[in-house]
Amino acid sequence: MSSHNEQQETWPEQPPDRKEMSRRQFLTYTLGGATAFMGAGAILPMVRFAVDPILHKKGAGEFIKVAETSKINDQPQEFTFELKQQDGWYASTATLTAWIRKDEAGDIYALSPTCKHLGCTVGWNNDKAYPDEYHCPCHGARYTKLGKNLAVAPKPLDQYKIKIENGWVYLGDVVPNTEVKKEA
Amino acid sequence: MFKNIYNWIDERLDITPIWRDVADHEVPEHVNPAHHFSAFVYCFGGLTFFITVIQILSGMFLTMYYVPDIINAYASVEYLQTKVAFGQIVRGMHHWGASLVIVMMFLHTMRVFFTGSYKAPREMNWVVGMLIFFVMLGLGLTGYLLPWDNKAYFATKVTLEIANSMPVLGPILKELMQGGTIVGAETLTRFFALHVFFLPAVLLILLVGHFIMIRRQGISGPL
Repeated sequence: MSSHNEQQETWPEQPPDRKEMSRRQFLTYTLGGATAFMGAGAILPMVRFAVDPILHKKGAGEFIKVAETSKINDQPQEFTFELKQQDGWYASTATLTAWIRKDEAGDIYALSPTCKHLGCTVGWNNDKAYPDEYHCPCHGARYTKLGKNLAVAPKPLDQYKIKIENGWVYLGDVVPNTEVKKEA
Repeated sequence: MFKNIYNWIDERLDITPIWRDVADHEVPEHVNPAHHFSAFVYCFGGLTFFITVIQILSGMFLTMYYVPDIINAYASVEYLQTKVAFGQIVRGMHHWGASLVIVMMFLHTMRVFFTGSYKAPREMNWVVGMLIFFVMLGLGLTGYLLPWDNKAYFATKVTLEIANSMPVLGPILKELMQGGTIVGAETLTRFFALHVFFLPAVLLILLVGHFIMIRRQGISGPL
């Protein structure tokens, strides 16, 4: 016990100036922390619930039988096909359109008619002033038969992924145009 | 950093007195559970409000997926409950909270009744509290139909038959609530509108009145 007393005597009279938290600050942190924890417990599930659509994994689209290869020539032709889609709780069939053509090398490609300007629908040879071009009626965007943008639109027309099997053309997802580059 | 932002705003708008009025007030000893544990009975009003806030928040989020339409209502509820992440939790909060808010409100009413807090000068606050009670029951009733399942459908049929049994006004009241001659498409949209716009608006107005009065008059004294 004597050693204990000695040690006590060696202590300075004032306690060392440690950085101590005041009672008020401790209570502020504790109550604030508990409140934040409870608030987060209530809010986080709701936020995750709300942002769910952007976190859903998008499955790769399937290929759909669209046209017989024997019917495809070097002039773009319009083909429609149906895509089954599940939109939340609502199942529906969307009718899609593709302009399909055989290029000089004999390769078949399919352009999507969605204008790259602001998303209207383009048509082939539908403007007398500009023969043999895709034309968009909304703001006058024009494209070559490869889909190269000539006016208004900032990018060439997108195209469908394509698969040829047993004399039939199958179309898949829409991807950026590669035909224009191929030509150049 | 927060302190700097706060000070910057406070210098310009002098907001400290506003939140002092709202938050900075003494809790009398007889309502503080730290002094008398039995004072926890004074918490039920605050708990009712807390759950009401959760009901409003979870309800707002549920309307991101729900559609008030007889073809899609059930499908959308099933979708948000089974396919959307945390859908079960968020809808669960709204579902169980709806019952819990009634329980808390009932306990709060009991406390006010047995401590005699409804007596002068607080009669008006008791009346407003009763109005809140009926609005809450209305919210429960209209929300019950929204999933559009068998339970919802028949519960609403029963409710409307009860309204119908009222002398003279009954049939008119029933048709008004139904929005037509059957429980159907128009009943669902009507109940949805009441549930998410009309009744919450009334509830918020009444709550503001309830809180202003309690702040003006203070908590009633000890027994």
